[in-house]
Amino acid sequence: MITLGFACLILAFALAIFAAIAALIGTRGDRRFVDSSRRAVYAFAALLTICVIVIEAAFARTDLSLQVVADHSSTTTPAFYRFTAMWSSQEGSLLLWAWVLSLTSSAVLFATRNKHRELAPWATAVLMGLGAFFTGLMLFDANPFARLSPVPPEGVGLEPLLRHPAMAIHPPMLYTGYVFFAIPFAFAIAALITRRLDASWIRSTRRFALIAWLCLGVGILLGARWSYSELGWGGYWGWDPVENASLMPWLVGTAFLHSIMVQERRGMLRVWNVTLVCATFSLALLGTFLVRSGILQSIHAFGESTVGGPLLALIGLVVIGSTLLIVSRLPDLKSEKRIESLVSREAIFLVNNLLLVGLAAVIFWGTFFPLISELFTGNKASLAAPWFDRYTTPLAILLVLFTGIGPLFAWRRVSLGAARRLLAWPALAAVVVTALLILLTDADTHPLALVMFALASFALAALVQEFAKGASAYRSLKGGSYPRALAGLFARNRRRYGGYVVHAGIAILLIAVAASSSFQTSRDLRLSPGQSATVDHYRIKYVKPTAEISAPEQRLTFGAVLKVSKDGGPYATLYPSRNYYSGVGGGTPVTGGPGGGPIRSFFEGEATSEVGRKTTVSGDVWTSMIPDLGPLNPLINKSDRKLEKIGRGVSAKNVQAQQALGALQGLAVRNIERQYLRNPPPATFRVNVNPLVTWIWVGGAIAVIGGLVAIWPAPEARRRRVSDVYAARLARELGRA
Amino acid sequence: MEIILALLIVAAVVWFVSVPLRRTKEEEDAATRKVEDPRVARLEAAKEAKYREIRDAELDREQGKLSQADWSRQDAELRRDAIQILKELDEARADAESRAAPHG
Repeated sequence: MITLGFACLILAFALAIFAAIAALIGTRGDRRFVDSSRRAVYAFAALLTICVIVIEAAFARTDLSLQVVADHSSTTTPAFYRFTAMWSSQEGSLLLWAWVLSLTSSAVLFATRNKHRELAPWATAVLMGLGAFFTGLMLFDANPFARLSPVPPEGVGLEPLLRHPAMAIHPPMLYTGYVFFAIPFAFAIAALITRRLDASWIRSTRRFALIAWLCLGVGILLGARWSYSELGWGGYWGWDPVENASLMPWLVGTAFLHSIMVQERRGMLRVWNVTLVCATFSLALLGTFLVRSGILQSIHAFGESTVGGPLLALIGLVVIGSTLLIVSRLPDLKSEKRIESLVSREAIFLVNNLLLVGLAAVIFWGTFFPLISELFTGNKASLAAPWFDRYTTPLAILLVLFTGIGPLFAWRRVSLGAARRLLAWPALAAVVVTALLILLTDADTHPLALVMFALASFALAALVQEFAKGASAYRSLKGGSYPRALAGLFARNRRRYGGYVVHAGIAILLIAVAASSSFQTSRDLRLSPGQSATVDHYRIKYVKPTAEISAPEQRLTFGAVLKVSKDGGPYATLYPSRNYYSGVGGGTPVTGGPGGGPIRSFFEGEATSEVGRKTTVSGDVWTSMIPDLGPLNPLINKSDRKLEKIGRGVSAKNVQAQQALGALQGLAVRNIERQYLRNPPPATFRVNVNPLVTWIWVGGAIAVIGGLVAIWPAPEARRRRVSDVYAARLARELGRA
Repeated sequence: MEIILALLIVAAVVWFVSVPLRRTKEEEDAATRKVEDPRVARLEAAKEAKYREIRDAELDREQGKLSQADWSRQDAELRRDAIQILKELDEARADAESRAAPHG
C-alpha cells in the first residue's frame, strides 16, 4: 500500500497545481474552470485522506520498512500511541497540515459553491497554492512514504514525553487552528485583489475563523495541561518559544474576531481587519515553522528538520505579498463611518484590539529576542519568564478591564448617565471583592494579583448583569421563567451570548493564573524513606519507594509513596514517579544507545515524570520526584560490563542469541529494581502548593463551551423567521416611503 | 495490484475533475445562473448586517443601554438605511434576472 500512498501524494500535488491554475483562469469569468478547480480541491482532499490512511495503517502494523514508522514507533509502542505517532514526525505533521487544509478548503468551497462569483476563484487559488506548497514540501523534502533498506529489526520508538493522552489531541488541535485561519486569509486576499472589500467575505468565513480560534485555544489548553502533568517542572506555562508560537496567532485571531463585528455592523476598521487576518495567518505559519525548524531552543523541538528554509520563504511571501496588496488597496479600504463616541462598544473593541495585538507584539519580541540578540551581539541571549510576566501582566490586567466594559456599552454611543448606571453594579462588586480579599486573605501582598482579582470580578459581575438584564427584557416581552428567558436569549443571539460565556471562562482562567502564579508555594526537598518536611500548611512524609518494570514499553519506573497531612490530620497519599526508557535515542534494548551501555542507556536518555497530585477546588498539592541514582551506579556499571562482554561474542544475525541477551538484560533491570527497593536512595521531591489552579481548566472548559455556542449555527428556520419579521416591518415602511 | 489501483484512482480523478470542462453550452448557462450575483450577494450581506444592527439597538434599549430618545434616532436612521438597501436589492435582483434570462 506504500506505493499507492506515494502515488496519491504525487497526484495530490499535481491536482493542487491544477486547481490553482484552473481557479486563476476562472477569475476571468469562465465557470467551467471555477467548477473544475473546486472539484479538484475535493479530489485533493480524498487523495490526502488515502495518504493518511496508508500512513496510519503502516503505524498500526509497525511497518518498519517505512522510515517515518521506524523513526517514531516500534513494536513495543502501545497501540494508542502508534496511532498518534504520525504527527510526532516532521513528515507526518506536514501531511496532517495538508490534509486538514484540504478538508477545510473543501468545506468552505462547498458551502460557497453558488456564492462569491468573484472571490471564490481567487480564494481557491490561494488555498491550493498553499496545498501545492505543503504537498511539494513532502514530495521533495520530507517524504512520509520514504522507505528504509535494509529494514531495521526494531524502531526507535515514540519520544517518551509524547506518551500522554493530551499529546494525542494537542498537535492536531493546534494544526487545525493554524490551518483554519487559512480560510479567512484566502478570502481576505481574494477581497483585496477584486476590491470587493465589503463585509461579505467576513460573513462567509467568520465561522471558520471561530473554529480556528477555538481549536487553537483547546490546543493551547491541552499543551498547558500536558506541561503541568508530564514535564515535572511544576508549571503549566513556561513562555517556551513553541508555546508562545501558538499563543500569538490566538491573541491576534481574538482581536480579529472582535474587530470584524465592527466592520459588519458599522463598516469600519477595514484596513485593520485585513491586516489582522494576514498577521494571524502569518503567525500561524510562524508557529509551524518554530515547531519544525528547531531554530529556537524549545522543550517541543523533537528531531531535526529540513523544512525550515522553505517555510520561512513562504512566511516571507505571505507577509510581503499581503502587505503590498493592503497598501495598494488603501483607498478602497477607507471606512464608511467614523467612531461616533469613545463611550461606545466599537471604541472599547478597538482598545481591546490594541491590547491583544500589544500582548502578541511583546510575546513576539521575547520569543525572537535570542535571534535578534545573536544578530546584533553574536550571543544568543534568552528572555526568561519574569521578563514576559513584567510586560504581559499589565496588558492582561487592562484587557480584563475592557473585557468587562465592552459588553455593557451599546453600539454607536452611550450617554454618560447610562454609562454610569451600567458600570455602577459591576464596579461595586469589584470594590466589595477587593475589600473582602484584603480583609480575609493576604492578597494585598501581591498588588498586581489583587488588581487582577478586582477587575476580573468586575468583568464577571458585568456579565451577570448582562444576562440578568437580558433575561428580564426577554421576560417582559415573552413572559416565562428566568431559565427559559436565558435559554431564549441564547437562541435569539448565540454569537453575543456565546461570546459572553467565553469572556466569563477567560476571566475565571485569569483569576486562576494570577492566584496560582502569585501565591504558589514551591520547595525542593531531599528526603529518604521515613523522613518528612513541611510545605505551606502540609506535612509531607516519604513513606516508601516503589518500582515497576513495563516490558511492553521497555520502561523502568522508580516512584515513591508520600503521605500528606494537613493540620495534623491525613489529607492525601501521592504517588510521584520517574520513568526511564530503554534504548531511547537511537540504540537498541540490547546494545544500548549513544548515552551508554544496555542498562546505562535507561538513565542517560529521555526520562519522564508522573506527578502525584491532590486536586481540590481550592487548589493542588503537586509533587514530582527525581531519585538519586548515585548509589545504584556500581550495580549499573557492573551489569553493563557483563552484558557487553557477552554481547560481543554474539552475532547480530543470531536471533535466538539476541533474544537470550534481551532476557539477560531484563534480569539485570529486575536486579536494579530490587536493589532500589531494598536500599532506597534519597530522592529530590518538588512540592508545589498551587492555589485555585483547577480553575484554569474549569475556566478553559467554560470558554470552550461558550465558543461552541457561538459557532453553532442557528436553525435556518429561526434565522428566516427573524429576518422575515424585520423584512415585513420594513416592507410596510417601504410601502409608505 | 497497487499500480493498477493507482491508475484507477488517476482515471477516476481525471473524470471527476473534468466534468465541468465537458459541459454543453446549455449546462454551462444553467450552472452560471445558479451562482449568486455578486451585487445581490453584497446587498444581502448588508441587509442581514442592518437587520442585526436594528435588533442589537432594540436589545440595547430593552436593557437600558440606550435611552428612548437615542434609540428612536438610531432606529430611524437604521431603518432608513435598510429601506435603501432593500430598494437596491430589488433593482439588483431584477438586473440579475434579466441578465440570466435565456436570450432569443
